[in-house]
Amino acid sequence: MAKLTYPKIAPSEIEATPAEFGPAEFGTSSHSRRAALAALAAGAGAALLAPGALAQPSAVNARSAAASLAPPSFRRNPRWSVNEAPNTWEEITTYNNFYEFGLDKADPSERSGSFKPRPWSVEIAGEAAKTGRYTLEDILKPHALEERIYRFRCVEAWSRVVPWLGIPLKDVLARFEPNSRAKFVEFTTLLDPKQFPGQRSRVIDWPYVEGLRIDEAMHPLTLLTVGLHGRWLPNQSGAPLRLIVPWKYGFKSIKSIVKIRFTERQPATSWNKAAPDEYGFFANVNPAVDHPRWSQAKERRLGGGLFGSRIDTLPFNGYANEVASLYRGLDLRRFY
Amino acid sequence: MTIAMDPRRARRQWNQLALLVALLPFAWMTSALFDLFGQSLGPNPSRELLHSSGKTALNALWLTLALRPLQQLNGRIEFLWLRRLAGLTSFAYATLHLLVYAILELALDWSDLGHEIAKRPFIIVGLIALIGMIPMAATSTDRAMRRLGRRWQRIHYAIYPVAILAAWHYYWQVKLDTTEPLLYTGVLALLLSYRLYR
Repeated sequence: MAKLTYPKIAPSEIEATPAEFGPAEFGTSSHSRRAALAALAAGAGAALLAPGALAQPSAVNARSAAASLAPPSFRRNPRWSVNEAPNTWEEITTYNNFYEFGLDKADPSERSGSFKPRPWSVEIAGEAAKTGRYTLEDILKPHALEERIYRFRCVEAWSRVVPWLGIPLKDVLARFEPNSRAKFVEFTTLLDPKQFPGQRSRVIDWPYVEGLRIDEAMHPLTLLTVGLHGRWLPNQSGAPLRLIVPWKYGFKSIKSIVKIRFTERQPATSWNKAAPDEYGFFANVNPAVDHPRWSQAKERRLGGGLFGSRIDTLPFNGYANEVASLYRGLDLRRFY
Repeated sequence: MTIAMDPRRARRQWNQLALLVALLPFAWMTSALFDLFGQSLGPNPSRELLHSSGKTALNALWLTLALRPLQQLNGRIEFLWLRRLAGLTSFAYATLHLLVYAILELALDWSDLGHEIAKRPFIIVGLIALIGMIPMAATSTDRAMRRLGRRWQRIHYAIYPVAILAAWHYYWQVKLDTTEPLLYTGVLALLLSYRLYR
């Protein structure tokens, strides 16, 4: 059996500036201003009518829970960052698809206030030497957090730019010593209908499962993510541990991961099972392959306002130079 | 406000009240558009406007269909007085829905339109439903009713196919969870079968 080779980046390729150690300056001032505004809105009784206003206090709660931890320290990594202005914290954390909290875009920020992202542990299973249960701290400890500004493209044709904090997944996976039968990696989200009210209705076969081919998982762009905008992930963004695969549609970037399993066969992934003709296993961003019910040629960049930017979608979400070689010889129309 | 005894005045007053209710969704959209009163359309404002205008059009259409059964079950003639306003409200929000789609979602990029329509057939279904409403809206005045006589009723039977198309349009575009469109379809089935079997 051929030995799998993983692309590696030399340390010299990472040109981080030591001066840019976190925490970033995303102000406590705007935080408290928002809290004050939310209190004002509630006082005026407007909150009763306002899904948006209700979202704010719980978004603040979610953040103060994370704030009880020491803020993450990290280093910016311009080598793997795009040169685009990131969306605001608000734009990233109040408009989410996280069906475990509900189907509406505002549900995750409104309903995730009581979710407990810590203590947390992850089960490592399957084709690897070092399987077992690891605490979140065990997983993170040997690694330095990097900030990477990535484009994020949802299959629903909207997009945003997010400064994530994380660790290259390959560095973490390598520690578990996957064997030669590890051809795929399967990820599973926490199953807990008490904390995830959305799991009480069976729109998806819970728990949420996603998967990558091992070479995709080992690609230096694939980020095991714990934070954004210089903070720990808020609950609505997949706390405490999620995947970010920037060249794939957002649903591949699974949230609140409790299990990582190395497998020989392609994992059965949630959206692919729910609607195989609409959501492929690969789900690479591809403007030339439309969703059966809508076009993928363009996307709306969030935060552009009412007449905001409708921009062209790029092959592999703009990461073609980095990842297109993974799919050489693969018919991307068939394997969408 | 006390409702007048004179039926013509009472009818006018009921309609004024209903008009206020009909304008509420529009008032919400406007205030959220300008971030007033703690309201917000969120980071994807055009999508939010698209969904809220479409949903309001559906609600008003379903209400229009429910008013006759309500009157028959409950005996209050007032329900029938509101049918015109409910129907016109649905037409107005459906038109807004199309405008939001064309101006904000498509950004009037007509070169995209062909591609979009080919890829999103539910758009055509919605468009046919809206076109089907035009003759009804155009003949909604008292004068048109008098002039058209029995033909008026035939024109307004279009509400049934229009509602079916609207339900189809809604069902076809949801991503995965079809609960709500199925609920609307169920209510519509009830409203239509009531007319068949009563």
